Amino acid sequence: MATRQKTKEGNGDGVAPGEVAKAEEIRFGEVKHDLPDPETCRTVLSKMMLIRRFEERAGEMYAKAKIGGFLHLCIGEEATIVGATQALRESDYLMSTYREHGQAIARGTHPDAVMAELFGREDGCSRGRGGSMHLFDWDKRFLGGYGIVGGSLPLSAGVALACDYLETGDAILSMMGDGATNQGTFGETMNLAALWSLPVVFVIINNQFGMGTALHRHSAVTDLSLKSEGFGVPGTRCDGMDALDVHAVVSDALAHARDQRKPQLVEAVTYRYRGHSMADPEEYRSKEEVEEWRGRDPIQAFAKRLVDEGVIEQDEVEKLDEEAIETVDGSVKFADKSPFPDLDSLYDNVYVFTDEVPAWWTVDERTPEVHRGEREREAGELPHELAERGAAYAGVGDQQARQRRTPRDQDAEDEQQGPGEDEDTSADDGGSG
Amino acid sequence: MPTMRYREALNQALREEMHEDDKVFVMGEDIGVFQGAFKVTAGLLEEFGEKRVRDTPISENTIVGMGVGSAMLGLRPVVELMTVNFSLLAMDQIVNHAAAIHYMFGGQVKVPMVIRMPQGAGHQLGPTHSHCFEAFYLHVPGLLVAVPSTPADAKGLLKAAIRDDNPVIFIEHETLYGQRGEVPENGGPTRFGEAAVRREGNDVTVIGISRMAITAQKAADTLAEEHEIEAELIDPRTLRPLDLDTILDSVKKTNRAVIVEEGWPHGGVGANLAALIQEQAFDWLDAPVQRVTGADVPMPYSKPLEQAAFPHEEHVIQAVLATFRDL
Repeated sequence: MATRQKTKEGNGDGVAPGEVAKAEEIRFGEVKHDLPDPETCRTVLSKMMLIRRFEERAGEMYAKAKIGGFLHLCIGEEATIVGATQALRESDYLMSTYREHGQAIARGTHPDAVMAELFGREDGCSRGRGGSMHLFDWDKRFLGGYGIVGGSLPLSAGVALACDYLETGDAILSMMGDGATNQGTFGETMNLAALWSLPVVFVIINNQFGMGTALHRHSAVTDLSLKSEGFGVPGTRCDGMDALDVHAVVSDALAHARDQRKPQLVEAVTYRYRGHSMADPEEYRSKEEVEEWRGRDPIQAFAKRLVDEGVIEQDEVEKLDEEAIETVDGSVKFADKSPFPDLDSLYDNVYVFTDEVPAWWTVDERTPEVHRGEREREAGELPHELAERGAAYAGVGDQQARQRRTPRDQDAEDEQQGPGEDEDTSADDGGSG
Repeated sequence: MPTMRYREALNQALREEMHEDDKVFVMGEDIGVFQGAFKVTAGLLEEFGEKRVRDTPISENTIVGMGVGSAMLGLRPVVELMTVNFSLLAMDQIVNHAAAIHYMFGGQVKVPMVIRMPQGAGHQLGPTHSHCFEAFYLHVPGLLVAVPSTPADAKGLLKAAIRDDNPVIFIEHETLYGQRGEVPENGGPTRFGEAAVRREGNDVTVIGISRMAITAQKAADTLAEEHEIEAELIDPRTLRPLDLDTILDSVKKTNRAVIVEEGWPHGGVGANLAALIQEQAFDWLDAPVQRVTGADVPMPYSKPLEQAAFPHEEHVIQAVLATFRDL
């Protein structure tokens, strides 16, 4: 009975299902800030559109089985993503959850590299090793999507510690979902960030569901901006459907964290229009609720305001959208053409090989033949043959994709990878260091 | 050659590497003001200050995770966990993050960090502070695993671990902290993946892991004196990478192998090594590979029970004799 009651009426702050504590204070749909300059307005709109169109196409590609595993789409959350990341300096860092295609694109990773990663291709931003949940782009200082809920929180505090230690003046934006606030790492990380005065801003993307469990059923306190305060990290709420509000609040938080060394938390209240992943029948919420939130569509609302205030013409809105569609079409073509990773690269980047560690032992590809790691990377004929047969089960690619690495290629890579401190680690150098 | 205790050797390694590279810093529970639960970090706070010697709250998963994050930006954190049992709270950060990040992000970023932790029974610390978990970490690709048994190796391997660009699980042994041994003056790092042959012999290969390398050495002396069996004693020193060549060469010479470890038997280091030896050197074996392990129980508190639950010389001697039984 007690459980049932909780389900119906919530617990803690007593918020009913489908509602957010003190939602009226967020004032969804109201104009809260003046528009920035027209150029910035266009950038924000086009980034949100690009993310939306990218996610829609990714969903289609998943249905066509071009993409495997899980696919978590951020449709509905574009204002939060773009508003928050626009507050970053180029040299600042960003970490995110496994729902992070939008974050990578907002930070400047080319949609081609994101789509190729979703397709599991060599030109993907993680070389096809990470997939949808583990995008990464060192050059853009996008330090990853992470598949473990709450797992990236300590990492982000570690990045902030390094910024502090190295006195770079950089900060990190550490994004999490509402579900992550229930993990142990949430409290631990808040405490340490405050204790050590680290330049980090935590952003809770409160899309109101931890997978299929509604906020009031997974968190006793549904005003999530309160959850960090007891640990010494002040929290603020913002309208996650309004890019300008998110931008204003996150900018302010970043200034506090960077200049006064007071880490901050921002809760962006938003909504995910699609299921948790593509494999989600969405039985935990009503169509009416989804429709209500679709009425707050961050892209439509922002575009309408820009037209109403005469910043851009309706034609241009449509043109920007068409450009987004074209870009994403190009990304699908690019991803389709990109090769699958070479089978002989299976063991690349398990280790960094240095003077102290020249090789490691493993039993190669499930044959009894022992493989001496890097030193003798060319496995024997039988292991390779078995790897080819294994890969053939994927039912994708062709003979070319399963060809052996040529000795010449390997020499070139060996030259590239040498030991050392340097981060000669761009995604597309084809190196295996 | 100067002699010193295992803990002093570790302390020297930390001190030297911190002098060598200002990106090296240490953090952990009670390592600063308290000087470390086992005094390995004694004096470092005074010498290097709070920026580089950081006392942390009791938050193992987050301490390790912060180490990973800072290593991604090029720092070289040495994180101390008070025991291997506490490292289990950090398994997510160790396995899902530290070990995977270089691989899963296509090599764009490295995680040059060391996670130090002591293990082992014998101090009546009961079922949550006394285990040996090198087998857990041995299981994980992406990690390096060191299990030094002498002061010289403790120092040399820790220096190598700090300089290396991979995440290293560095497992010390509580009983060894007070042990003395020779340590080369101005010694450099000891390469990972090179086993030490502690004693040469032609009759049986005995492989001792962590503290069991010491136990096995004593057993080998007794075997020579009382049974005329000359054991070749190998201390792998690192389990990832593993110097399988040295082990196989020895087995091919002696035709017998005994693996001695303190951890649990199922899925243990010995189980893995026995599989590798029989796969690679089956035709050279004259007897089944023997394993000596800790008892298959949570470590009990009561002194006689605890002593009964981990291997001593007698266990090693019996296992060696068993490899000669059917001749």
